[in-house]
Amino acid sequence: MAFKQVTSPHAHSAQNTAKVMQLVLLATVPGLIALTWQFGWGSFINIALASVTAVSCEAAIMRMRGRSVSFYLRDYSAVVTAVLLGLALPPLAPWWIVVVGTVFSIVVAKQLYGGLGYNPFNPAMIGYVVLLISFPIQMTTWITPLALLPLGTVHPGLIESLQIVFSGYTPADGVTGATPLDTFKHSSGLLADQIYAREPLFNQAMLAGAGWEWVNLGFLLGGLILLSQRIFTWHGPVGMLAALTLMSLIFWDGGSSSSPGSPLMHLFSGATMMGAFFILTDPVSSAVSNRGRLVFGALIGVLVYVIRAWGNYPDAVAFAVLLANFAAPFIDNYTLPRTYGHVDRRRATEKEDQS
Amino acid sequence: MNRTWVTPGGVHPPENKHQSVTQQIGSLPIPDKLVIPLSQHIGAAAAACVEVGQHVLKGQLIAEAAGVVSIPMHAPTSGTISAIEHRPIAHASGMLAPCIEITSDGADSWIEHQGISDYEHTSPEKLLEIVANAGITGMGGAGFPSAVKLNPGRQRPIDTLIINATECEPYITADDSAIRERAGEIVDGIKILSAILGHPHNILIGIEDNKPEAIAALQPHVESTGISIVVFPTKYPSGGEKQLIYILTGKELPAGKLPADLGMVCINIGTTYAIKRAVIDGEPLISRVTTVTGEAVGTQRNYDVLIGTPVSHLLAHNQFDQERCSRVIMGGPMMGFSLPSAEVPVVKTTNCILAPSYAEIPEDEPAQPCIRCGMCAEACPVSLLPQQLFWYAQAQDHDRLEAHNLFDCIECGACSYVCPSNIPLVQYYRSAKGEIRQAHDEKIRSDHARERFEFHKARIEQAEQEKEAKRAARREAAQQAKSATATNGSSGGSSAADIIAAAQARAAAKQASPEDQRAKLERTIAATEQRLQLAEEKLAEAVASNSDKQSVFSAAVENTRQKLEQSKSKLAELAE
Amino acid sequence: MIELISQHPIFAALIAMVGLSILFGGLLGYAAEKFKVEGDPIVEQIDELLPQTQCGQCGFPGCRPYAQSIADGDAINKCPPGGQATINALANLLGVPAPELDQEHGQESEVKTVAYIREDECIGCTKCIQACPVDAILGAAKLMHTVIADECTGCDLCVEPCPVDCIDMLPVEETIADWKWSTPAKPGQMIATDRRGELGSNTVQEDAA
Repeated sequence: MAFKQVTSPHAHSAQNTAKVMQLVLLATVPGLIALTWQFGWGSFINIALASVTAVSCEAAIMRMRGRSVSFYLRDYSAVVTAVLLGLALPPLAPWWIVVVGTVFSIVVAKQLYGGLGYNPFNPAMIGYVVLLISFPIQMTTWITPLALLPLGTVHPGLIESLQIVFSGYTPADGVTGATPLDTFKHSSGLLADQIYAREPLFNQAMLAGAGWEWVNLGFLLGGLILLSQRIFTWHGPVGMLAALTLMSLIFWDGGSSSSPGSPLMHLFSGATMMGAFFILTDPVSSAVSNRGRLVFGALIGVLVYVIRAWGNYPDAVAFAVLLANFAAPFIDNYTLPRTYGHVDRRRATEKEDQS
Repeated sequence: MNRTWVTPGGVHPPENKHQSVTQQIGSLPIPDKLVIPLSQHIGAAAAACVEVGQHVLKGQLIAEAAGVVSIPMHAPTSGTISAIEHRPIAHASGMLAPCIEITSDGADSWIEHQGISDYEHTSPEKLLEIVANAGITGMGGAGFPSAVKLNPGRQRPIDTLIINATECEPYITADDSAIRERAGEIVDGIKILSAILGHPHNILIGIEDNKPEAIAALQPHVESTGISIVVFPTKYPSGGEKQLIYILTGKELPAGKLPADLGMVCINIGTTYAIKRAVIDGEPLISRVTTVTGEAVGTQRNYDVLIGTPVSHLLAHNQFDQERCSRVIMGGPMMGFSLPSAEVPVVKTTNCILAPSYAEIPEDEPAQPCIRCGMCAEACPVSLLPQQLFWYAQAQDHDRLEAHNLFDCIECGACSYVCPSNIPLVQYYRSAKGEIRQAHDEKIRSDHARERFEFHKARIEQAEQEKEAKRAARREAAQQAKSATATNGSSGGSSAADIIAAAQARAAAKQASPEDQRAKLERTIAATEQRLQLAEEKLAEAVASNSDKQSVFSAAVENTRQKLEQSKSKLAELAE
Repeated sequence: MIELISQHPIFAALIAMVGLSILFGGLLGYAAEKFKVEGDPIVEQIDELLPQTQCGQCGFPGCRPYAQSIADGDAINKCPPGGQATINALANLLGVPAPELDQEHGQESEVKTVAYIREDECIGCTKCIQACPVDAILGAAKLMHTVIADECTGCDLCVEPCPVDCIDMLPVEETIADWKWSTPAKPGQMIATDRRGELGSNTVQEDAA
C-alpha cells in the first residue's frame, strides 16, 4: 500500500482568505446604511461602480500575467478595496472619479507591486489620495446630511442619483455642503462654542457633526463585529483612537478661537472610525507584530490630528495611513515580540550571539 | 490546588478523542514478521548483536546501545531473525534505514527475566541501569533515551519531576486510556522515577481538563504520595515540554537549555508505565499503547502493540478502507507525518496511527498569497512572527530568519492550522532550518578545508625553504673550499682545474656501467609498452562507449607513446 | 576688533563659518577615530564566501588567491563549485549585480562529490597526494593510497595526475541524518489543483514559463 505524503499539520481550521474578506465586506454594511440614510444613494452607487471596475481590472491583469482568473478573484480582495474606496469617496461624485480611482488602486497600487500580499501601501487610500490631489473640487463636494436639508427638499432618488453621477449635472445647491471638519477649520476667529451655536451642522448633532456621527457609529459597530470575530487584533484601532483622543485633548485648550476641535468631534467626524477599523487594519501594509500595530496605529492617530489641525486638508486619514505605511518596516524592526525562552526582545536585523 | 500559568497563542482544533476510548485497550494477533528499526530514538543507532537465522526469545537483546545517548533493542516476540537490512521506517523522508526482521514462531515464549519488587531499597544507579538496559525512550515525542534524561549529573539537583499526561494532539488517546486502565502501575512508575531522581520536592502530573476519567482514575493512587495532579484547560499545544513547564511552574526554559538546568525533569506518562514494567517486572520495552483511529478504519480504539508491528497489520485488523482514506498519519493531525507505505513498523514513539477519511482531513487547498493577517502570530505558542519567518524563508534570508528566532519554532503547526491562505508554513520552516544547518555545516567544512589548504601551503613552502637553505649551505661550503684552495694554492696544492677534473672523475665513477644502463632502459621500455597497451585498450573502450573521457585517454596514449620513443632513442644512443 | 566685526558683517560670517568648520571637522575626525569599525579586510570577507574547494577552476592556485584577485577587481563568476549561490553572496558583499556563472571555468554540479581511490588498482605513485590541496589523501610511495572522505573537498585535482586512472569522483549520498525538507512551491504560483477545469490557454503558458 502506498499513500500520499503530505506535510504536517494535516488539520486546518475552516477559516480562509475569502471568508475573511467576506466578513470585512459584511462589516461595512452598518456604515453603508448610515451613509445611505444620511447622504442618499451616492455611496451605494460608488460601491457598485467601484466593484465592477475593480473586478474587471483584476481579471484583466490576471489574464495578462497568465494566472488563473477565477482562482484570484475568489479571494474577494479586489472587492474589498473597491468597497472601501467607494465608501470613502463623496456620494454622487461623477462616475469617472470612481473609475479612475479604482483603476489606480487596483492596477498601480496593488497589481504593479505584485498583487495581493505584496503591496506596500493601502491600495484604496492610494486611489483616494490620487483623486484628492488631482480633482480637489469633485472630491470635496459633499452632500448635505439628511437633518440639515432645507425644508421641503430631499436627497435625490436612486434614478436621479444615477443621472447625476453619469450625466455630470450638479445637484441643487442646497443639497451640497461642507463637512464638520471643513466647517470647523474655516471658522477661525470664533470660539468653539460660537461655531457650535452658529452652525446647524453642530447644533443639530448629538456628538460631533450631523450625519457624520451616524456614519462613524456605523463603522464603529462594523469594526467591533470584526474585532469580536478576531479578524484583527485591537492594537491598531486602539492605538489610533487613543492617540487621536490624546492629541485633541492636549490641544483642545477649552475651545478657544484657535482650538482645532474637541476630542469628540475628532473621533466621530470625517473618516476616523472607518480609518481605525477598516483602513489601518489592512494587514498587508501595516506593521506585523501586535506591539508594532499599536505603534503603527498611534502614529496614524498623531498624523491625522496634526494634518487636521495644522495642515491644509480638513481630513487626513488617507495621508496618515500612507505615511505610516512607509514607516511600517521601520516599526517592525524595533517591535519584534519576545520569544519564549529569550530574555530580551531584539531587533529584526540582530542575530543573537552564538555563545 | 496548584496554580497554573497560561501560554500565549495556541489553537483549539476539534478534539476527536471520544471515538477511540469507547473500548478498552485491545490486543492484536502477533504478526508473522516484525521489523525493528535500529534507530527509533534521538542519538546513535543501536548495533545489531544477532545474526540472520538465529533464534531469539521474546525480550532477548537483539541490538546493543551504541554509546551513551543510545538505547538497546529487544525481540518483541520469539522467532527467527530473518533479515538485517535497510527497510522503510517511520521517517518523514521516506528513506530506508537498517532494521532487524524477526519471523515469529507463534510461541511468544519469554526469555528468563526477573524484576525487583523492592525498588525503594535499590540504589538509583542500579535502577538507572535497568532503565537503560530495558531500551526505554521518551514515548511521547522525539524519543530521547530516558536513562540519559534521568541522569543529569550531580551538579544539577532535580527538585521538580513533571509527568506529561497532556496528550494535547487531537485524536490521540493512548495515554488517556493507559491512565484509565493502568493508573496504579503508572503511579508505581512515577515512584520509581522519584527514587531515581533522589525524591524531588515537587512531583506534578500535568493533564488537560478534557480527560476527567483519567484524572479520576489517578486520584486514588496519588493520595498521600506527595504527587499532585495539575489540571489545566485544554489547548493545543500544551503538551510540548517547554509549554508544559511554563503552564505548571511559570518558568520559561531559556533557549538552548535543558529542563535539568532549571532543576526539572519532564517525562511522558507512557514512559512511566514502561519504567514500571522494566523495574518491577523485568520486562524490556517491547510493546506500547497505540491509538488506531480515523474514519477510514472500522474500529477506532487503542491497542497494546508490539514494537515492530507493520502498520499494515494494524490496519488489516481494523477493516481499513483505502478508498476512503486521504492519507495515513503516524502521530496526530498536527505534528504527525504521513507514511509513504503501510509496511512501516510501529516504533517506540508511535502513539497513534491515524487513517482519516477525505471528509475528516481533505486534500490540501492550494496556497494563496500571504496577506500578513497575523492570525499565525496570534496562534504561535512561542510568540514568533510566523508571517515574517515565512517571508524570509521564501527569500532564503538566513540572517533574518535567525534574528526572528526560527530555531525556537517547535513546529507545532498551530500557524499553518489557522492560516487562511493555506500556506504550508511549517514546511517552510523545516526546510529553512535544514538549509541553515546545512549552510552551517558547509561553513565548518570550508573553514576546515581552508585551514588544511593553508597548512598544506605552509608545509610546501617550508620544504622549499629547507631545500633552498641546503642549497645555500652547499654553495657556501663550495665557496669556502674554493677560497681555501685559493689560499693553499700557493703552497703547492692542486689547482681549481684539478678539482673539476677530480669531480668529473667521481661522477663518472658513480655512473653505472653501460650494461647496467642498458638493462635499466630495457626495463623501462617494457613497462612503458605495457602501459601503452593498457592505455590504448582504455581508449578503444572509451571510443566504443562514446565516453566523454575520450580526449583524456587519447592524450594519455600519446604521452605514453612519446615516453616510449624517448627511451628507445636513448637505448639506440647507448648502443652506438 | 569688535568694532570691525560689528561694522563688517562679512567678517562675522567668515569667522563663524571658519570656526564652525574647524569645530565640526575636529568632531568628525575624532568620531572617525573613536568609533572606527574594525572590519575584516575585504579579501578575508571574500575568502569567507568562497567554498574553499581549492580546485583552481577559477585559474588561481586556491580560493585565497582568487579572493585577492576579486578584491583587485576580477570577475566574481569564476567559481563553479560555489555556483550561483556564491556569486550572489559575493555580489551582495561587493554591491554589484550578480552575473551568471562563467561557463569557461566549468559548470555548477548538482551533487557534491568526493574522490574515491579504487584501492586494488592503486600503484602507490603518490602523484595524487602531491596534487591534493588539502592533504586529504593518505599513503606513501609504493603503498596503497586512500582518500579521507571527510576531508575531501571534491576538487578533482587528484584525478588527472593518476597514471593508472584509479580515482573516481563519487556523488555523496544523502542519508537520513542529513535529509532535509524541501521548500514548498511558492503560494500564488500555479499548482496542479487550481488548474482544474479552467483556463485552457493560460495553463499552457504557465507550463512553458
